[in-house]
Amino acid sequence: MSERVITYAEAIREAIGQAMESDPSVFMLGEDIGVYGGAFGVSGDLYHRFGEERVRDTPISEMGIVGAAVGAALVGMKPIVEIQFSDFTAHAMDQIVNQAAKIHFMLGGELSVPMVLRAPSGSGTGAAAQHSQSLETWFAHVPGLKVVLPSSPMEAKGLLLSAIDDPNPVIVLEHKLLYKTSGHVPEEMYKTPIGVARVLREGKDLTIVATGVMVSRSLEAAAQLSQMGIEATVIDPRTLSPLDMGPINDSISQTGRVMLVQEAPKHVGFIAEIAARISEGPAIYSLTEPVKRLCGMDVPIPYAPQLEKAVVPQLPDIVSGAQDLMRGV
Amino acid sequence: MATITPLLPPAAGKVSDDKASAMAALESLLAIRFFEEAVDGMFARGLMHGTMHLSIGQEAVATGVCAALRQTDFITSTHRGHSHCIAKGADLTRMMAELLAKQTGYCRGRGGSMHIADAKTGNLGANGIVAGGIPIAAGAALAQKLKKTDNVVVSFFGDGATNEGAFHEALNLASVWDLPVIFVCENNKYGMSFSTAKSMKVERISERAAAYAMPGVTVDGNDVDAVYEATKQAVDRARAGQGPTLIECVTYRHKGHSKSDKNLYRTKEEIDFWKTKDPVGKFETLLIEKGILTKEQAEQITENVRNEIRNAITEAQAAPDSDPAELLSSVFRAVN
Ligand SMILES: Cc1ncc(C[n+]2csc(CCOP(=O)(O)OP(=O)(O)O)c2C)c(N)n1
Ligand SMILES: [Mg+2]
Repeated sequence: MSERVITYAEAIREAIGQAMESDPSVFMLGEDIGVYGGAFGVSGDLYHRFGEERVRDTPISEMGIVGAAVGAALVGMKPIVEIQFSDFTAHAMDQIVNQAAKIHFMLGGELSVPMVLRAPSGSGTGAAAQHSQSLETWFAHVPGLKVVLPSSPMEAKGLLLSAIDDPNPVIVLEHKLLYKTSGHVPEEMYKTPIGVARVLREGKDLTIVATGVMVSRSLEAAAQLSQMGIEATVIDPRTLSPLDMGPINDSISQTGRVMLVQEAPKHVGFIAEIAARISEGPAIYSLTEPVKRLCGMDVPIPYAPQLEKAVVPQLPDIVSGAQDLMRGV
Repeated sequence: MATITPLLPPAAGKVSDDKASAMAALESLLAIRFFEEAVDGMFARGLMHGTMHLSIGQEAVATGVCAALRQTDFITSTHRGHSHCIAKGADLTRMMAELLAKQTGYCRGRGGSMHIADAKTGNLGANGIVAGGIPIAAGAALAQKLKKTDNVVVSFFGDGATNEGAFHEALNLASVWDLPVIFVCENNKYGMSFSTAKSMKVERISERAAAYAMPGVTVDGNDVDAVYEATKQAVDRARAGQGPTLIECVTYRHKGHSKSDKNLYRTKEEIDFWKTKDPVGKFETLLIEKGILTKEQAEQITENVRNEIRNAITEAQAAPDSDPAELLSSVFRAVN
C-alpha cells in the first residue's frame, strides 16, 4: 500500500478538523478563516464542516481576538487563533506576552490558558518587510510560552495536535513556503511531543541544526554534500521552547563540528541560544572547529526577488557553509 | 479563612429596600474600606512591599455590580482590584496572605496586589496592564455563548483604560457577537494624574457605547442602588442573549493613585468635596433612615467586619512565606 501524501496546509487542516470532531471545546477564530478559507487556504472547508460558531471569522482586531482566545481558554475552551501573518502578532503582543504567557504562573497556578496561536512566518513570497519576518525569538524569550516550528507536513499535524492538547499557550509558526509542500502524513490522530528534537539524517562529519524551512533546505544540502563525500547529521529541534539539546549534544560528540542554520537575522537570533548551550558543555569539548552560524542578514526582508533571496540562507549557502566548516575556514 | 456574607440581590427593587441584600452590601462596603485601610497602614509601617492601588471612595461600584451577579458569573479586574475581588466573594485571608508574600496567598506570592484571581468565585484576575482584562472578558463571554450557559461576564476598568485600543477592540467584538458581557467603567476622573477632561473629548464615557451600537449609561458610582439597578438591567439583557452594555460609574478615589502619588494634579478642595459623598457612610445612613437597620445593628455589622479583617491579618501573618523552590516548575501547567 502506498503511503498517503498531503500538503502541509492540508495536514494542519486535518489536525484541526480531527481535534474539533473529538473535542467540542476546540474552536477556531481569525481573520478570513470562514468562507474565504484563510489567507493561505489553511482553514479551507472547515467553515462548511463545522459552521460559523466554531470557525469564527473575526474583525481585523488582533489584540481583541487574541484576548478573546485567552478569555475563552481561561474558562475551559480550547481556542485556536489564526493570525493572518505572524508579523501582525505585534498588534497582539500584550495579550500574548503579558497575559497568556503569565497567567498560570502569576495568578498562582489555579488558572491556565490552553490556547494555540498559529501564524504564517518567514520570507520567500515577495511580500516584503512587514509580511515576511521570522519572529520566533520574540516568543521563545518569554517564559510561559511554548514555541513550535513545524518543518514538514508530518510534523505540522503531529505538533499541532500536541499543541491543541497542551494546557498552556503554544505559538505555532508555520512557514509560508511549506504550505504547498507535500509529504506522507498518517490519517489517524497522532501527537508529536513538544520538546523533543528529531534527527532526520545521520552522518559522521558534521552536525547541522536547522529550524523551519531551513530543515528541508539543509536536508537537500546534506544530499549534495554526501555526493562530495561529506556526511552530515541534520537535526530539527522542532520546538524552541522547551528546547531539547540532547540529540544535538550527542551528535556533536560524534562529529566534532556544528553548523546552525536559521532564516531569522543573526543578531540575537534563537540559534544563538543553541550555540550558547553547546558552549556551556559538555559538547564544546568535542568541537574541533568553532561553532558556525548561517543566518538571515541583519536587515528587514526586502521585496525584489534577488534581494529577498540574498538576505536568507539558500541551498548553495548551506552547501558551501558546510564545505567551509570541513576545511576549517 | 475570613469572609463576609456573600452579596445577594434584593427580592425586588433596590438593594436598600431589602434587609438581607442591604446588610450584605453594607458588609461588602465596609470590608473593602477596612481592608484597604489596613493594607494602607501596613504599607506605611513597612510591613508590606511593592505597590498597591486602593479603592477607598469607590466601594459602591464593586458592591453594586456584584450584588447583581451569581457566583458562577465571571469578572475581570484591574490594578485597582481589591474591591472587585472582595465583592465577588474572595477569602480575605488569602488576599491578605498574597499581599504579605505568603505561600498561602491567592498567587502563592507570585502575583501580589495587581494579580489576584480566584477561580472559585469566577474572578479571572486583576491585571497590571491597563485595559488588559477587557478583551479577556469578551473571550470568557464568547465561551459562555459557545457553551450555551446563561452566565455573564463583567469587566471592570478605569476611565483611563477607555483610551486604550484593547477597550475599543473588545467592545466591538462583544457588539458584533452579541456577547453576554457588561463593561463597567469606574470613572474616578483620573488615569494616574491625567484627568478625563484632558484625555478625551466626550463628556461621558458612556457615549463611547454608541460607536458599538450598545446601550451606554452613566450612573452615580457612589450609590449602591444606582449601580445595582444599572447592572441588573445589563445582566438581564446579557442573560437573555441581547448582548453587551457599557456602564459608566462616576466615582472618586480618596487616596493617591498608588504609593508614589503626591496629589499634585488635584486640589485639596476637590478631594474634600468628594469625601462628603463617601459611598460607605452614605449607604449606612440611608439604611438607618429607611428603617432597614437600627444604628445599633449598623454598629454591630461594622464591628464584625473589623474583626474579620483582623482575623485575616492574623491568619495571613502566621502563614509560611512563599517558596522559591517551586518557581521553575510553576511556569507551565503539567501536560497529562
Ligand atoms: C498599558 C499600561 N499603560 C500604563 C500603565 C501605568 N498605569 C497603571 S494604572 C494607570 C492609570 C490607569 O487609569 P484608569 O484606567 O483610570 O484606572 P484608575 O487607576 O483610575 O483606577 C497607569 C497609567 C499600565 N499599567 N499599563
Ligand atoms: Mg481612573
